[in-house]
Amino acid sequence: MKVKLTRLIMTLSMAMPMQQAHAEVTGAALAQQGAPGVPACLSCHGARGEGLAATGFPRLAGQSTAYLEKQLRAFAGGQRVSPQMQAIASALDDSQIRAVAAYYGKLPGWQAAPSANPAAAAPEPWTRGQKLAIRGNWDKEIPACFACHGPAGEGIAPHFPALSGQPAAYTRSQLKAWQSGTRSNDPHGLMKSVALRMSPAEIDAVSAYLANPLPLSPEER
Amino acid sequence: MNTRLRQWLANQKVTSRFHPSWILIAVGASLAIGLLMWLLSESVFRHERPSPAVSVLPASTQRLPASEQQLSPPANDSALPAAEIIRTVRLGRAIFTDTQTYAKAYVGNGLNCVNCHLDAGRKPDSAPLWAAYGLFPMFRDKNHKVNTYEDRLAGCFRFSMNGRAPAYGSKEFVALMSYSYWLASGAPLGTELAGRGYPKLPPPQQEPDLVRGKQIFDTQCAICHGADGQGTRVGTRYAFPPLWGPHSFNAGAGMTQIKNAAGFIKANMPLGQGNTLSDQQAWDVAKYMTSQPRPADPRLGRP
Repeated sequence: MKVKLTRLIMTLSMAMPMQQAHAEVTGAALAQQGAPGVPACLSCHGARGEGLAATGFPRLAGQSTAYLEKQLRAFAGGQRVSPQMQAIASALDDSQIRAVAAYYGKLPGWQAAPSANPAAAAPEPWTRGQKLAIRGNWDKEIPACFACHGPAGEGIAPHFPALSGQPAAYTRSQLKAWQSGTRSNDPHGLMKSVALRMSPAEIDAVSAYLANPLPLSPEER
Repeated sequence: MNTRLRQWLANQKVTSRFHPSWILIAVGASLAIGLLMWLLSESVFRHERPSPAVSVLPASTQRLPASEQQLSPPANDSALPAAEIIRTVRLGRAIFTDTQTYAKAYVGNGLNCVNCHLDAGRKPDSAPLWAAYGLFPMFRDKNHKVNTYEDRLAGCFRFSMNGRAPAYGSKEFVALMSYSYWLASGAPLGTELAGRGYPKLPPPQQEPDLVRGKQIFDTQCAICHGADGQGTRVGTRYAFPPLWGPHSFNAGAGMTQIKNAAGFIKANMPLGQGNTLSDQQAWDVAKYMTSQPRPADPRLGRP
């Protein structure tokens, strides 16, 4: 009995790291090579999962694993409407979803370029977006983005995704998706209720800011 | 009338010390002096009386009773006051929104002022500073004395921040008072403004209930404040504040009173979805929150 138990423990302890390693390989393989019926993630989301600004394909790197899993399931289940992603997510099985989410969850998140001066590029929407993201607009009951998405927009797992470094076109499309109801996988409708109060100009402003955010010093907040 | 007056005068006893017409003279003189003073005050103070409160009120609310007056604090971006005070006002705002950094020595928990005073102390029904500032000095039952605004701030540090108050006149207090003063630009003194404090909910229809409260907490509050109410950290700082336990406000804080908690929750929670809970739900979840363990009231166990 004792021998059997020892053998069982040994088998398990050997099997578990192997299984984990296997998951990483699958995640990386899916991301870089795809699978039958599944194009490689990097073809749209970038070689390092950084997203693609021109088309608004989102950044995945550094997003929390739990959040990414939830999104893939939402695409498959139709709570997020996207023809491309619905086809891809539906073709993934549960272990593949977990593996690819874990792969991107471990990649480094967004970092501001050291000498960035994004305000110079698009002064008006960017600075307006900065104030909305950091202070909100309580006259319209719009909380600050960073009140829930982390003090630098880095996300708070598992419910609140990272916003910083997302292509402006992606953030804009998502806020509009909350408004129109083509995205409805938020807890308690928290994001929908905020998005519905945002004007098109406010959406443009936060989207411009979040693509390349810089903090306000507390004296400026 | 004349006859009557003459009769009354005749009936008065005239002595060497008293003559009835003295009464008339005294009354007449008092009235004359009063009139003179009123006229003087009208002409002297008319131009000096501050009237910004009136100017910021929408015309339709000017005739409402004081408690219905609407006041908007200066927009966050609007010009700060004169250069000499601008840095102090900004420091006040920094202390208020990032107490953990700017008043670290005086804070004994994981909170920032802005956790209970949303929108940097500007949001109505979230104990906005602009509605509080002009009500002090005020007699408070809490300590049975007339409190200055500094006394009130000291109370926040001692109870809500579970720490100790900065010294009176310290740069922290001067900054917080300057920031409050700026937010209260145009607010009348000694007047209850709409949006002050937390809304007073009507008494609950059913006795607030822990079991229902926990249910609401688990479904509506826990995703931010944590299943155990201990808040959620990003790095070493709380992104969502702890509602009880060692890093939350202590048992002497106003938020431990169920009526305050219920009013705050009803008007402001979940963040961005204020006034979506029913009154009963707000009472129930307030009951749940206020029944949890937290640091002791520092007034207890002291003479």
